[in-house]
Amino acid sequence: MYSTKYIKPNSTSEALEAIKSMGEGKFLAGGMTLIPTLKQRLASPDGLVDISGCDLDSISDEVDAIKIGAMTKHASVGESGLVKKAIPALAKLADGIGDRQVRNRGTLGGSVANNDPSACYPSAVLALKAIVHTNTRSIEADEFFTGMFETLLEENEIIEAISFSKPAKANYVKFPNPASRYAMVGVFVAQFNDGVRVAVTGAGEGGVFRHAEMEAALSSNYNADALSALEISSEGLISDLHASPEYRANLIKEMTKRAVV
Amino acid sequence: MNEVTKIDGIGSSVRRTEDKKFLTGKGRYTDDINRPGQVQAYFLRSDVAHAEIKSIDTKAAQSAPGVVGVFTGADIAVDKVGGPICGWVVPCRDGSSTKEPPHPLLAQGKVRFVGDAVAVVVAETMEQAKSAAELIDVDYNELTPVVDFVNADKGAQIHEEVPNNCYFDWELGDEGATNKAIERAAKVVKLSVRNNRLVPNAMEPRSALAEYDSLDESYTLHTTSQNPHLTRLVLAAFMFAIPESKLRVIAPDVGGGFGSKIYVYIEEAVCVWASKKIGRPVKWTADRTQAFLTDCHGRDHVNDVQLALDENNKIIGLRVDTVCNLGAYLSAFSVVVPTILHGTLLSGQYDIPAIYTNVKGMATNTVNVDAYRGAGRPEATYLLERTMETAAKEVGMDPAEFRRINFIPKDAFPYQTQVALQYDIGDYEPHLDKAMEMIDYSNFEKRRAEAAKRGMYRGIGMSSYIEACGLAPSAVVGALGGRVGQWESASVRVNPTGTISVFTGSHSHGQGHATTFAQIVADKLGIPMENVEVIHGDTDKTPFGMGSYGSRSLASGGSAISKAVDKIINKSKKIAAHLLEASEDDIDFKDGKFVVGGTDKEKAFGEIALAAYVPHNYPLETLEPGLEENAFYDPTNFVFPSGTHIAEVEIDPATGVVEVVDWAACDDFGNLVNPMIVEGQVHGGIAQGIGQALLEDAHYDENGQLLTASYMDYCMPRADDLPSFKVGYTNTPCTHNDLGVKGCGEAGAIASPPALINAVIDALSPLGVTDMSMPATPQKVWKAIQESQSVAAE
Ligand SMILES: Cc1cc2nc3c(=O)[nH]c(=O)nc-3n(C[C@H](O)[C@H](O)[C@H](O)COP(=O)(O)OP(=O)(O)OC[C@H]3O[C@@H](n4cnc5c(N)ncnc54)[C@H](O)[C@@H]3O)c2cc1C
Repeated sequence: MYSTKYIKPNSTSEALEAIKSMGEGKFLAGGMTLIPTLKQRLASPDGLVDISGCDLDSISDEVDAIKIGAMTKHASVGESGLVKKAIPALAKLADGIGDRQVRNRGTLGGSVANNDPSACYPSAVLALKAIVHTNTRSIEADEFFTGMFETLLEENEIIEAISFSKPAKANYVKFPNPASRYAMVGVFVAQFNDGVRVAVTGAGEGGVFRHAEMEAALSSNYNADALSALEISSEGLISDLHASPEYRANLIKEMTKRAVV
Repeated sequence: MNEVTKIDGIGSSVRRTEDKKFLTGKGRYTDDINRPGQVQAYFLRSDVAHAEIKSIDTKAAQSAPGVVGVFTGADIAVDKVGGPICGWVVPCRDGSSTKEPPHPLLAQGKVRFVGDAVAVVVAETMEQAKSAAELIDVDYNELTPVVDFVNADKGAQIHEEVPNNCYFDWELGDEGATNKAIERAAKVVKLSVRNNRLVPNAMEPRSALAEYDSLDESYTLHTTSQNPHLTRLVLAAFMFAIPESKLRVIAPDVGGGFGSKIYVYIEEAVCVWASKKIGRPVKWTADRTQAFLTDCHGRDHVNDVQLALDENNKIIGLRVDTVCNLGAYLSAFSVVVPTILHGTLLSGQYDIPAIYTNVKGMATNTVNVDAYRGAGRPEATYLLERTMETAAKEVGMDPAEFRRINFIPKDAFPYQTQVALQYDIGDYEPHLDKAMEMIDYSNFEKRRAEAAKRGMYRGIGMSSYIEACGLAPSAVVGALGGRVGQWESASVRVNPTGTISVFTGSHSHGQGHATTFAQIVADKLGIPMENVEVIHGDTDKTPFGMGSYGSRSLASGGSAISKAVDKIINKSKKIAAHLLEASEDDIDFKDGKFVVGGTDKEKAFGEIALAAYVPHNYPLETLEPGLEENAFYDPTNFVFPSGTHIAEVEIDPATGVVEVVDWAACDDFGNLVNPMIVEGQVHGGIAQGIGQALLEDAHYDENGQLLTASYMDYCMPRADDLPSFKVGYTNTPCTHNDLGVKGCGEAGAIASPPALINAVIDALSPLGVTDMSMPATPQKVWKAIQESQSVAAE
């Protein structure tokens, strides 16, 4: 790790001020991704602005949505009575991230800002028509993710909270990478009055994506059988040591079937 | 009546006395130790697999903040420090010997794998050393890397001294007789298997802390070693040319080895060298990435097998042609593992009248390959037990029955195999029967049918393994090319109050010697275990010993302790005879008391100890005072544990996921000193075997980059990958050591991979699948299912 500055402000505005005073600063949330990157000397920011003191970790019920602060830890989402009641699939997703230690440090905002192609949360954001609230604007999920590790976030823009729409029904099923246990394929299925949304993570070369054909099939018949005849294309899917695009295509269909119950 | 003291002796499952400190985080590992004035070493490593070094510019690094010194191979060459040596060589088929290229401490002229050390930076802090290393400019002339070891003979030559990249081409057995058996066989079963490459992944990464004392010109090295005395010998005699007395090696608590900490690595030698050069203690600790790149890996074989059967399905011959990958340099035991520890095991539990094997050890641009839990025996067991299962299926016999008719019969021991070993004792049908009973083998088809109703493929597979551990005797080891003795030492010191200090040449890095060895002494002397302390791991304290590997500690080290205790008892009898005014022949030793036979005259062990050290009433004319004895024990043979493991799996055809649903292990380890510790060793061994069979795979790409260099891609077994194991035992006590013990440390890792892969193939056999390579990952299994279905559709 290269030496760097560390600041822990008490509010979002202080955090923004602090980061602007640095040449190239980084927000530090749970540090589960950022700290290993620093340790391996893959990044050398001028400073770290720790946003854990900025009051960004509340969970609230907004009638049609659940709003979760960016600094809310995976463990808190997994345990939250509010989340479990309104969107149990979201609590299940959070509970299945990493291990206990990771869940007690990793945050929603960090995961979504990072947009790792194998991360779980981005699929929930996309499937649950979430709104990403930043210090300057509110961004719709369909606009937010722009590619592997890429989002619409501008330099020094901070995610403050994310609102997840309450679905009629939803589920998340993950096929873990055997080694890392991140999603090798994760499918978030959400049924709303105006249709079904299916978001796939872990599989796409461009990061998380919605699967139009499965959405159409499930919107007309919310049943695993509706998927049987579908041929899932392997085009644009990730190829690595653990899974070929064809195997990932198979898992996308299989995990989706298992999610539709 | 005398009060009976409770003795936690041989056979009792005493809790491990060492665990309190480990479980409360109080272990003291090498990296926990710090010396005043200490500096940190960081190694700049090659990021290319094969290249000539055109130049190294260290100028900028020399003047970087905190830097105390930057050194390259040229500096080592000036001081004429030798590199690590090969501890065992074998003759080649053409009459030549194993080719032993030099392994310089820091690269000289060439780098040969990604991770090869090019320079060392010593600085006040590790971060400063790392930063300075980034300023070193190495200009490489890249050469074509050799990664595919099967075709390594056609690749660019890696060492001048190793033509065709072949370190050795060795053979064992009677080729003519074997080929004849194959020609006249009613059936020849052919199989080609690959033993996948593994990274040892000890929990504690390697670490070294070296200190030079300029007053008496001596060094102290703390290091992560399984055998500190061997480390001292190699460093002193072969690398630095100094008397052993000028180097103290301490291996304090060591967090796992699995073989990877047997050898002397270049890093610890460089720390020793630099500590004198700089005049300050030098510490180095690997991070996990360095562990992946530079710890010796394990396995990595390809074996072509031909098994000849007569018309009654009796084996009449076995031929195995093996090519194995030994990596960039010859590590200490890299040659013995695929030859002596592999070829000699090919008879397994079977009566095979003709065996021949040929092994080619290849050089590649990958890190060195050496012993890893089981070392050679897992590879032998895997190919043999995969072949046995395949043969049984091909001749239409139940795999258990096919094994049974080929077992060496119980009355044939001692049994001389066709591959050098002579098994002293064994009885194989009982552990096969018991394992089958434990897993309810006879009702398996019902379980398969029930699983099929749930859409799952269920399979069962077995493996009846033999293991040879406690390499011995030394004379044979020497005749086979070994350059070390294979005895073990013990020194038993009775303190004046009757407590005992045991100094052992064995080394515990997780095995529980402090408990097991104390049990042996407590049992033999009839004293409480708390009165026995076991000391190991420090060359200034313990007698010269060979350390721990190859499941040798109890059979060799424990036997040495037993011998030393016998000497203590003999001397004590003399003292007792004097004190009790009786003849020595009339003294019986029982339950910690020396009794004059047929009388109630007795002396407790503690009274004897006191008399030995306060010899006021003592036969000083005929007996030396004091009570301390040494023993060096050179076993007369290997010990031969054996057993049968049976695995049951369920496969989800939609995803290819293999779930291990049941496991029965029935082993014959001879007498058990601490059954709980033995069970732990069995569990750990099976877990590693399941790791090899389903999860682990060290993968280099064609450029020689290790793609699985972190836990993001290298898959270790976790608790939820494992079933609850059913563990059982049979017992044929070893005939040639006093304790009747064999070895249990590696058996689980040896037995389990073929049992599991056999089960996977059995599960898929209704689809026509007949082969599956390790690891059987979900993707691979799914693909096999897809392919079998597309074949069926054609
Ligand atoms: C062993 C392990 C296993 C894991 N397994 C999984 C898994 O199974 N599934 C999964 O989804 N994830 C997994 N993760 C990742 C985990 O979910 C982390 O939470 C996630 O990587 C990042 O969250 P963080 O809070 O730690 O962010 P940090 O590491 O602190 O930050 C990550 C990046 O986001 C930026 N950032 C953080 N917060 C904000 C914000 N509010 N606004 C703008 N930018 C921000 C930072 O500047 C940084 O660039 C695992 C991680 C580990 C270490």
